Amino acid sequence: MYKILIKIAQVGLKSEPPPSADEALRRGAPRLNEEILRLLGRALAIRHVDAGSCNGCELEIHGLNNPYYNLEGRGFKFVASPRHADLLLVTGPVSRNMEQALQRTYEAVPEPKLVVAVGDCGCDGGVFGENYASRGRVANVIPVDVAVPGCPPEPVAILRAIVTAVTAAKR
Amino acid sequence: MPPPLPGIQLQALAGAVPVWRAAVEAQLWRTGCEAVARAGGRLAALWANDERDAAGGFSVRALLVTFEGLVCLELALPEQAPSYPDLSDVYPCAARMQRAAFDLVGVRAVTAAHAAPDARGWLRHAAWREDAFPLRRDVPLAAALPPGSGRYDFVQVAGDGVHEIAVGPVHAGTIEPGHFRFSVVGEQVLRLEQRLGYKHKGIEKRFEAMGLEEGARLAGRVSGDSTVAYAWAYAMALEAIAGTEPGRRALFLRALLLERERIANHLGDLGALGNDGGLAFGLAQFSRLKEDFLRSNARVFGHRYLMDRVVPGGVACDVDSPAAQALLEEGERLADELRSLRAIYYDHSGLQDRCITCGRLTPRTAALLGVVGLAARASGHAMDARVHPGFAPYGELQPAIASHRNGDVAARIVVRFEEALESLRLQRLLLEGLPAGALRSPLGTAAAGGFGIGWVEGWRGEVIVALHAGAGGQVRRCHPHDPSWQNWPALEHAVIGNIVPDFPLINKSFNLSYAGVDL
Repeated sequence: MYKILIKIAQVGLKSEPPPSADEALRRGAPRLNEEILRLLGRALAIRHVDAGSCNGCELEIHGLNNPYYNLEGRGFKFVASPRHADLLLVTGPVSRNMEQALQRTYEAVPEPKLVVAVGDCGCDGGVFGENYASRGRVANVIPVDVAVPGCPPEPVAILRAIVTAVTAAKR
Repeated sequence: MPPPLPGIQLQALAGAVPVWRAAVEAQLWRTGCEAVARAGGRLAALWANDERDAAGGFSVRALLVTFEGLVCLELALPEQAPSYPDLSDVYPCAARMQRAAFDLVGVRAVTAAHAAPDARGWLRHAAWREDAFPLRRDVPLAAALPPGSGRYDFVQVAGDGVHEIAVGPVHAGTIEPGHFRFSVVGEQVLRLEQRLGYKHKGIEKRFEAMGLEEGARLAGRVSGDSTVAYAWAYAMALEAIAGTEPGRRALFLRALLLERERIANHLGDLGALGNDGGLAFGLAQFSRLKEDFLRSNARVFGHRYLMDRVVPGGVACDVDSPAAQALLEEGERLADELRSLRAIYYDHSGLQDRCITCGRLTPRTAALLGVVGLAARASGHAMDARVHPGFAPYGELQPAIASHRNGDVAARIVVRFEEALESLRLQRLLLEGLPAGALRSPLGTAAAGGFGIGWVEGWRGEVIVALHAGAGGQVRRCHPHDPSWQNWPALEHAVIGNIVPDFPLINKSFNLSYAGVDL
C-alpha cells in the first residue's frame, strides 16, 4: 500500500484547466434554453455510442478520463445507459448495421437531450463516406447539436465540443 | 526455400516477407491446407474475389502460414453457383471468414456432403439481402441495397436453470459495438456466442474506388489503434508490387513508429486491466503515462496516434537529434515507471486474485483455434512475425519474444509489461543506430494484375494486407486482415466456466478489434 501512496504523492496533480466553448462547432440553432443548459453543464451525464468508427476516436474519448482532462472534476461523467444520459457522444460514420441501434439509443435518452458528433467521420463520413453499408455523417440519422472534426480529434477538442453543447449560444 | 507441398506448383512473390502463390484445383485446395496443418502451420486469412471481368468466374484465396513463410492458395470458381471445399474442419478460424466471403461475394463453402457448415450471415445483418453481394463488380459502391430480414438464430443452450443474457451492440462502457449472447446458470457462463459485423462500412469496396497510393490512408483506418501496423502492411504489399525497397532510415523509422504504437496500446490496456480488476489507481497512473507518450508523439511525429506517418515508399516524418535525445530520455523515465508499477501490480493481492486463473486459454485450445499475437504468446506459443520470419529492420534488432504458459488474464498482463519494456529497448537501438538516408523512395510502376502481401506484427498480433493492383494505378482488390479474426473465437472459449462479472476483465485482457474484423 505504501508504494501506491508514494506514487500518488510523487506524481501530484496533473489536471489542466478545461477549454471554453467554441461557436464554430455548433450545428444549427440551440434546441435547449439557457436555464436547462446551465443545469446540464453543472452535472452532465454522457453516453458514448460508437456507430461505426475505426476506434481511433474511442482512444481519445478514453483519454478524456485521464488525469490531465479530469472530466469528472468538471462535473461530466460517462454513464452506462442512455436512459441515464443527457448527452450522446457519437463516433463514426453510421454503419447501416448500427443505424437502428443508434436511433433506439437516441430515443432512449430522456428529453431534454444533446448530441455531439465526434471526428471527421461523425461530421461528414470521413474517408469512408456514404456507401452501400455506411450512412455517412451522424446528422444523417439523428439530430446533431455540435460536431467536432479531427482524425481523431484530441481529447481537449472533444471536451471543448461538450462544453459548447452545454453553453448557451452567443448572440 | 519453398515449403514442401506435394503436387502444388509454388511461385515465389517478390517483397519484404517470404510469400509463395499457387493456383490449385478443388482437391489440392483441401489437401494443401491439410498438409500445412499437419506440418504445424495455420490459416492466416481467407477472402474471395469477383473475376468475371478478367479471368472469368470468381476465386477464393487461403493464405497459410508455414515454417518457411506464407503460401497463398488460389482456387478459381465458376460463375454459376460458385462453391469451394470448406476449411473450417481443418482450421476452425475459417468459419467466420467463409461466412464473410459469402456475404460479400456470394461464394459458398461446402462440406464433403455438399452442405454449408454454417449458412448464417455474418456481415450483412439487415443491411442487404441474402441474394445481394456488394463486393461483386456489378454492384456500385453507393448502391442502395434493399434491406434483408436480419434474422439470426443464436445457438440455444437448454437445461435446468439455464438462461440467456443478451449484451450489445451498444455496451455500457466506451467500447466498440458488438453483441454477446451469454448462456448462464446463476453467475457461471456455460457458453458465449459473439455476433459481430455491426461496424461493417464497406471498407473493401471503398478501396476499389481508390488509387494504390491513396489506399494507404484508408488502410491506416481499418483499426485506428493499429494504424501504423496497417499502414506498414499496406505499404509493404504495394512496394512488393512496385518493386520498391524503402531505404534503411525509412525502415528504422517505421519500426520506431510500430514499437511506439505497441507501447501506447500496452500502456492503455495495463491501466484498463487494473481498473477492471478493481485497482483504479492503475488506470490513473497508466492513462497519465499514455497521455505523456501521445503528446510526445504529437511533438515529434505530428500525430498522437501516428496516422499517415507510414506511406508507400517510406515514411512521412523524421527524427532529428534533439528529438531523438528527448525520446531516449522519455524512454528511460517510462521504463522506470513501468518497473515500479509492475511491482505494485504483481504485489497487489486483490488484483492478482482477480487475474490468476481467470479467463484461461490453454495452449492446446489456442493452437486448435489458430490464435495469434499477444494472446497466443500468453498461451505458450512463442510466435512473433518480427522474429520469424522477420522483416527488415528487425533482423538486426533481435527482438525478444515475451511468452507465458498460463493463458490467463494475469499471463496477458505479464506479456504486456514485458513487451512494453522490450519495445523501449528496441526504441533505444533504433534511435541510437538511426542510419542516414532518404525518408521516401519513389514508388516504381505497379503493373495491372500485380499482387503483393504485407505482413507486420502489430501490438495485437499479425496484421496482413493482400493487395491486387488494377489498371491505371487503381486498387483492384484489397483484403486487410486483423488478428482479431483468429482471436475472437478464442474469447468464447476463454470465458467458459468463469462468472459473468469477470467477462469485462477477460474481454479487456484480449482487447480485440471490432472495426478490424467488421470492415
